Amino acid sequence: MITIEDVHKAFGANRVLQGVDLTVARGTSTVVIGGSGTGKSVLIKCILGLVTPDRGRITVDGEDALRPKSRDAFLARFGMLFQGGALFDSLPVWQNVAFRLLRGRLKRPREEARAIALDRLARVGLKPGVADLYPAELSGGMQKRVGLARAIAASPEIIFFDEPTTGLDPIMAGVINALIREIVTEMGATAITITHDMSSVRAIADRVAMLHGGVIRWEGPVAAMDAAEDPYLQQFIHGRAEGPIETVR
Amino acid sequence: MNPALPLARLGRATLDALAAIGQVTLFALSALSHLVRPPFYLREFGQQVMQVGWFSLPVVGMTALFTGGALALQIYAGGARFNAEAVVPQIVAIGMARELGPVMAGLMVAARVASSIAAELGTMKVTEQIDALTTLSTHPVKYLAVPRLLAATLAMPVLVAVADAIGIMGGWLVGTTRLGFNSAAYLKNTTDFLQAWDIGSGLVKGAVFGFIVALMGCWFGMNSARGAQGVGRATKGAVVAASVLILAANYVLTELFFSA
Ligand SMILES: Nc1ncnc2c1ncn2[C@@H]1O[C@H](COP(=O)(O)OP(=O)(O)OP(=O)(O)O)[C@@H](O)[C@H]1O
Ligand SMILES: [Mg+2]
Repeated sequence: MITIEDVHKAFGANRVLQGVDLTVARGTSTVVIGGSGTGKSVLIKCILGLVTPDRGRITVDGEDALRPKSRDAFLARFGMLFQGGALFDSLPVWQNVAFRLLRGRLKRPREEARAIALDRLARVGLKPGVADLYPAELSGGMQKRVGLARAIAASPEIIFFDEPTTGLDPIMAGVINALIREIVTEMGATAITITHDMSSVRAIADRVAMLHGGVIRWEGPVAAMDAAEDPYLQQFIHGRAEGPIETVR
Repeated sequence: MNPALPLARLGRATLDALAAIGQVTLFALSALSHLVRPPFYLREFGQQVMQVGWFSLPVVGMTALFTGGALALQIYAGGARFNAEAVVPQIVAIGMARELGPVMAGLMVAARVASSIAAELGTMKVTEQIDALTTLSTHPVKYLAVPRLLAATLAMPVLVAVADAIGIMGGWLVGTTRLGFNSAAYLKNTTDFLQAWDIGSGLVKGAVFGFIVALMGCWFGMNSARGAQGVGRATKGAVVAASVLILAANYVLTELFFSA
């Protein structure tokens, strides 16, 4: 279980998070939605310790995420898909996917690591021929899927997906949505997904949280989303230009 | 204008500089502590030895060759003023081994290696690859900085040795073809005159310069600001800082080694 309490983060004068509270139960899938630049990526980076909050508490199964007893052991439980892919461009695709399996505490023989990498690539719809290419030789959508394969390579308990389907065609987006759902229901993983795509929200989410104005504006089960009365949420899910969320034109 | 403003600016700049020195020192200490703790990334170390050492050989060799040649011409011209033309072999040898070999190699490696390390790590930083390393349970200092620091520190003395040899050869080429020295006598004068510490001190300088180059490259790269502009600034900063620090360290080491 991940609990986030009263988390604040500012970059200079830019107050991004202003008291975020959120709880994510083990084995569930939570989708975080919210306008561009509201701090969704910053929020999950806080959980991983990549960004240090100015204030607040984050715990994972009771352990303080900001000061874990062993950072190595703590991070070994997580997988993360970065918004921009963040693939290592000095390594071929398969070594990117198997990065964790080639060194450190999860190290295993090279052959085995490669076999796992090929399996994960297949699950995100990439052919074995891609394995020996370098990230710079791939299209944007392919890079995103390699990033996804890397995030799930070591079968982590907790996975964060930062916009897994942006830049993918609708069919591939459907495949990825199904994959994320499967990882949660069949493997029992806990997932937090950030997305702007409402069809992804409906396919992936158990619960939905909307970040706006530095706080969680609305949180609830996906089934309650359409009936919710929050005008901000309604404007967002229907993509209306008119409403309480200001759009600069 | 507020009359205290220049003073305030000076104060701020001094504080910033002190803070930066503190941060770089902490960074270096953290790298050293990772150096002795497993896991060790041998593959990355090997790659960096190739990058820093092997691929720097041509540029260091060329620089040394021309420097040695020019040095011979100057010493000959200067020596002629008090009938001491004959000292060319000895002074070329001592000048290359003690000063110009390490300094020229250090500056060339600063230009070639500090820039490429800073640009590479800076790009990794701004494309979140360094964050990704962390989430994959790999410490960025251990994985990125330690192999580069170690490779540069170990490879530079070898580069300096090569620079010494080629620089002396440049002097010999000019001495025998342009200045009328006898080849065998030139070489004998060189070998009889040079002492082990003349060469050894240059190699020690080389190791220090190598450490400076990699440290500046890594520190500026890993602290790069966001965007292409940030990487550009990090690269420039790394080369400038490495070059200035090499010359400053060179002076300090020369004082330490040779002042009576
Ligand atoms: N390292 C940083 N330094 C300074 N500002 C930052 C940094 N990281 C994020 N920000 C700022 O924090 C705000 C939120 O950024 P974040 O990337 O979390 O947005 P987001 O909700 O993920 O948006 P998007 O949907 O467009 O990805 C932005 O205004 C951004 O400029
Ligand atoms: Mg984002």
